[in-house]
Amino acid sequence: MSVLLNKNTKVLVQGITGRIGNFHTEEMIAYGTNVVAGVTPGKGGITHLGKPVFNTVKEAVEATGAEATIVFVPAAAAADGIMEAADAGIKYAVSITDGIPAHDMMRVKRYMLRYKKEDKMILTGPNCAGTITPGEAMIGIMPGHIYMPGDVGVVGRSGTLGYEAASQMQAEGVGISTSVGIGGDPINGSSHKDILELFNEDDNTKAVMLIGEIGGPQEAEAAEYVKKYMKKPVVAYIAGLTAPKGRTMGHAGAIVSGKGESAIEKVELLQEAGIHIIPNPSEMGSKMKEVMEKHL
Amino acid sequence: MDIHEYQAKEILSKYNVQTLDGKIAFKTSEAVAAFNELDSDICVVKAQVHSGARGKAGGIILCKTDEEVRNASEKLLGTHLKTIQTGAHGKLIEKLYIESGCDIDREIYLAYVMDRAKQRIVIIASAEGGMSIEELAAEKPETIKKIEIDPVVGLTGFQARELTFALALPKEVLGKAVQLFMGCYKAMVDLDMNMLEINPLVLTSDKNLVALDAKMSFDDNALFRHPEINELNDNSQKDKREISAAEHDLSYVGLDGDIGCMINGAGLAMATMDMIKYCGGEPANFLDIGGGASPERVGKAFELVLADKNIKAMLVNVYAGINRCDWIAEGLVQVVPSVNLKIPLIVRLSGTNVEEGIKILKESGLPIILADTLKDAAQKAVDAAKQ
Repeated sequence: MSVLLNKNTKVLVQGITGRIGNFHTEEMIAYGTNVVAGVTPGKGGITHLGKPVFNTVKEAVEATGAEATIVFVPAAAAADGIMEAADAGIKYAVSITDGIPAHDMMRVKRYMLRYKKEDKMILTGPNCAGTITPGEAMIGIMPGHIYMPGDVGVVGRSGTLGYEAASQMQAEGVGISTSVGIGGDPINGSSHKDILELFNEDDNTKAVMLIGEIGGPQEAEAAEYVKKYMKKPVVAYIAGLTAPKGRTMGHAGAIVSGKGESAIEKVELLQEAGIHIIPNPSEMGSKMKEVMEKHL
Repeated sequence: MDIHEYQAKEILSKYNVQTLDGKIAFKTSEAVAAFNELDSDICVVKAQVHSGARGKAGGIILCKTDEEVRNASEKLLGTHLKTIQTGAHGKLIEKLYIESGCDIDREIYLAYVMDRAKQRIVIIASAEGGMSIEELAAEKPETIKKIEIDPVVGLTGFQARELTFALALPKEVLGKAVQLFMGCYKAMVDLDMNMLEINPLVLTSDKNLVALDAKMSFDDNALFRHPEINELNDNSQKDKREISAAEHDLSYVGLDGDIGCMINGAGLAMATMDMIKYCGGEPANFLDIGGGASPERVGKAFELVLADKNIKAMLVNVYAGINRCDWIAEGLVQVVPSVNLKIPLIVRLSGTNVEEGIKILKESGLPIILADTLKDAAQKAVDAAKQ
């Protein structure tokens, strides 16, 4: 097992016929992802990359039983695409799009509350690289070959820093159960804590790496969860020690605007919760290996 | 994106929030004329810069005569105001807001923020106005009232009344207060603001509620649907390097170190800067070239980083996912000779098409220092900058 995604998960691509959607759908299929259909409003009925294309998510779900979706929809309409997926009964959605207005995301999060717990969709992103269960399937835009199958769950905000972690781990012979990108936006679908909860219950995940950054309360929330409930060792790195206060560092959410949001403060909180801190980003792989050897 | 106080007040008045009469002045003569046109014995000369805490920095001066207005204006215009928020360089004062006065009975703190934990808009208010929210939180946390707003329902009447009573406002202003709280919420949602702060909101002795100051920050990601807000952008308040970066749609933050950085991805960019610091150096900037960077874009980004004259070494670190290392390499091979690069260049490429990329760099014959890992790259850059 793994979390959120495995080789059998039936995946839908919203925006399959667009330039970016098309490119990454090819990559996902090549990796082994069970892509069952695409959605492009107005292009229903055609076949694209060998997959049927539907006008709406609802039609696609009814016809193919799709359970997960990746939303390649431009920022102005992305929130609508996510809500459409939630309404159609999709269980897991990944939103890749960078630049979705924060007010749109607040409405999306509120909209998703209308469903009963068992019918509720999990959303990761927006502004993320996606999720990969190495050797099985990926819903995202990452280079799949750098992820080695194994038993470390990875959760992080950044795409490229996640690649850096995956390749360092591969070099150390440490594999990954599932790697989940939660994205760099201030209002996002799932928090670090949400994903830690999934890893905590996953039999194939024996330890977790958390890659956080400056800004927002989600690392502090994760620290509290780990302190109280986590049954597995957690290793963490927080990016942005050199970031000045009050400036947005690329990610819309990477800004220190208040107390507890700087890298140093977050590191302190995580450390207090018993999390193993990676002192600098070149030691993500080696620290993970060290903790695995010591605790498992 | 931030805007000036006078612009924020224009917006607020469209949403039925009362402000005082005021006029904008670019020159001292205009400032004096503005004072004479106001129907007021006193006026406040206010430096228009994108920063809070202007009063403590001397950017807000109370005046009673033409002479005082003239002196205040001459003192402020064309100078840089340094507040606790602007950093050491301060921000250029290009214009002044000349505002009439009023009789203040009480000052209130009022702010609408996007609460990232609640993922909703939250109103933060306190009957103790005039202080910054940081000071309030530290000194009088018990006076802070918070109201959480459901994005579907919006601010409700009962919440607005609850807030009014919590602030101990007199019952005569209940209607006005509710209208003001509603108006602010509507403005925030209509215009995609990240933050709206009125500090202070004052209760006047004739029982009116007036926004004495106003600060607004807008979501950059939503400016595409608010062209009228986008027009309020003021480049005089920004770092020159950042203006040029924005023109090329690059994400750049200027810092004070001497190692120039060109990286893809915000997280990797921050991590690389941290690594430089860990190796004993100081980064000169944050720069994310983003995904799918063409050779042209790489060239533009390179020139931008290099425009900072403090730079003693340049570090390029790319982990290509949607990017392609060969495109990055091509961009570098084109731009390096054209800018007559005199400082060491350290390049670390990884990911998609890395072999092709490294081959292009090696065959170019350019004096590029290649690095294998993040640590190797940072260490080589720090060593090079020290030489």
